[in-house]
Amino acid sequence: MNPLAERTDWYADSLTAASEVEGFGRDPWWLIIGKILAIFLFLIVMTIFTIWYERRVVGRMQHRPGPNRAGPFGLLQSVADALKLAFKEDITVSAADRLVYFAAPIISVTAAFIGYSVIPFGPEVSIFGHRTALQLADVEVSVLVVLAASSMAVYGVVLAGWSSGSPYSLLGGLRSAAQMISYEVGLGLSIVAVFMTAGTLSTSEIVAAQEAGQPYQIGGFELTLPAWYAILLFPSFMIFLISMVGETNRAPFDLPEAESELVGGFHTEYSSLKFALFFLAEYIAMMTMSGILITLFLGGWRAPWPISLWDGANSGWWPLLWFTGKLLILLFVFIWLRGTLPRLRYDQFMHLGWKVILPISLAWIVVLGGIRAVNDSADSEYLWLTVVGLVSLVALLIYLLPRPKDVRPQLDPGAGGFPIPPLDLEVPPSPRAARLPAARQATRQAVSAGTADTASTGPKEG
Amino acid sequence: MSLSPYVPIAGMFILAIVFAVFSVAVAPLLGPRRYNRAKLEAYECGIEPSPQPVSGGRFPVKFYLTAMLFIIFDVEIIFLYPWAVSFDALGTFGFVEMLLFIATVFIAYAYVWRRGGLDWD
Repeated sequence: MNPLAERTDWYADSLTAASEVEGFGRDPWWLIIGKILAIFLFLIVMTIFTIWYERRVVGRMQHRPGPNRAGPFGLLQSVADALKLAFKEDITVSAADRLVYFAAPIISVTAAFIGYSVIPFGPEVSIFGHRTALQLADVEVSVLVVLAASSMAVYGVVLAGWSSGSPYSLLGGLRSAAQMISYEVGLGLSIVAVFMTAGTLSTSEIVAAQEAGQPYQIGGFELTLPAWYAILLFPSFMIFLISMVGETNRAPFDLPEAESELVGGFHTEYSSLKFALFFLAEYIAMMTMSGILITLFLGGWRAPWPISLWDGANSGWWPLLWFTGKLLILLFVFIWLRGTLPRLRYDQFMHLGWKVILPISLAWIVVLGGIRAVNDSADSEYLWLTVVGLVSLVALLIYLLPRPKDVRPQLDPGAGGFPIPPLDLEVPPSPRAARLPAARQATRQAVSAGTADTASTGPKEG
Repeated sequence: MSLSPYVPIAGMFILAIVFAVFSVAVAPLLGPRRYNRAKLEAYECGIEPSPQPVSGGRFPVKFYLTAMLFIIFDVEIIFLYPWAVSFDALGTFGFVEMLLFIATVFIAYAYVWRRGGLDWD
């Protein structure tokens, strides 16, 4: 049989195979409803918590306490804010396209919620005598579901900007759309490497593929590294990390809502609960992206290294804790970026997305494919991956090293045709300045002598 | 009883829509209503809002270009996914084929870059 025919057979087999992932799709209806409600509550509570978390952490970074009045440590501040928002006047601007204006926040928040339905929280547990995984659903194309949901979020944003009938909103919406689709390319390309290594698109199977640590033989002694794709596929991890910040419109990539340029961006004209829905959608998008990053690169719900030495760490309900812990760390990274980095200019931002991230990810896919195609055994493949990972780490460090800069910027005296004065112009000493101290001296002497007349006229003469 | 694996995702979708529609519908009932003509105008830092055409008006063609580029690369990505999943089964043949495909798209990319399609001012 020729190789092509063999491949066609293989494809036919894979097409007829069941589109279900092992262990999913057999929950009773009450369990499905329970899981849906649990995820819904988890996202709402986490959003309320994250808003407080962000304000506290940014507060600390700026040497101020942050919200600390409502409830213990100010924990109830977000609840208070949400309630207050609900009782604010709901304004619909007269220039708005009413139907789209009302639909946009609904689209945004719905798209945000769907993404979380395929993220695995933990292994199989027993709920009321029923064995089920701590994950709402898993299909053969789970990661695509998340990507599709995050693409849908673009509609909410761009329609909100368009329907508000305000130039700020329109510009914010357009920028958002351009930004989200630009970084979606980087996002989509970075995870190709994960699919290549794991050989599946199902989230639970990707987590399972990161289970076994890879033993290395380095100089005679054995070292077991966790099989997290963050280590194995380091370049992909970095690209995903950058792209996900761009995709969620967070600082330093928060150009759609650049306050100094666009007021509030696409949600300038939204108030009350409609505004709250956009806010909710943004925070859920952050958590979805963090969740998918954990699943694809950080071993999913599996315990990190020191805890994983304990046998019971990856069974029962414990993984929920590890997942939430990783989620909180990633949310901290989001907040950290916001507290540290200034916002990029729009051209720098598009430059990064299209001219840096895109070619690097394409090249990385080709390199990874080459490594996998050349090496037959897993051992040499991991060795090569380590080499590539180290090289890219070193390249990154070199890039980040402080470079000697020109202390004086080279100024073009013409500056695009507009004359500007030379900045190093020295002001010649004023002849008056030389006379002034002498005049003051004379005044002082005159004052001490008690002649008020000369005191008032003295400086004028000088 | 066995349900399609997509049923839970649909359930999540329904709950999210119900929640969102409820929030949007209940907002005007909870809040006060104090009419003020200025409040209903588009916000433009206090000046009279510039009139906007109903369809959003004209915007820079750059955004359209970005969208077109996105479609090209998104389609490429969608082709890459099944190839990546079945990489081992396809072997070197699949790898070489995909290299040719990536190169083809890369030519278009280099052309757009060269013509300044990726430059923003």
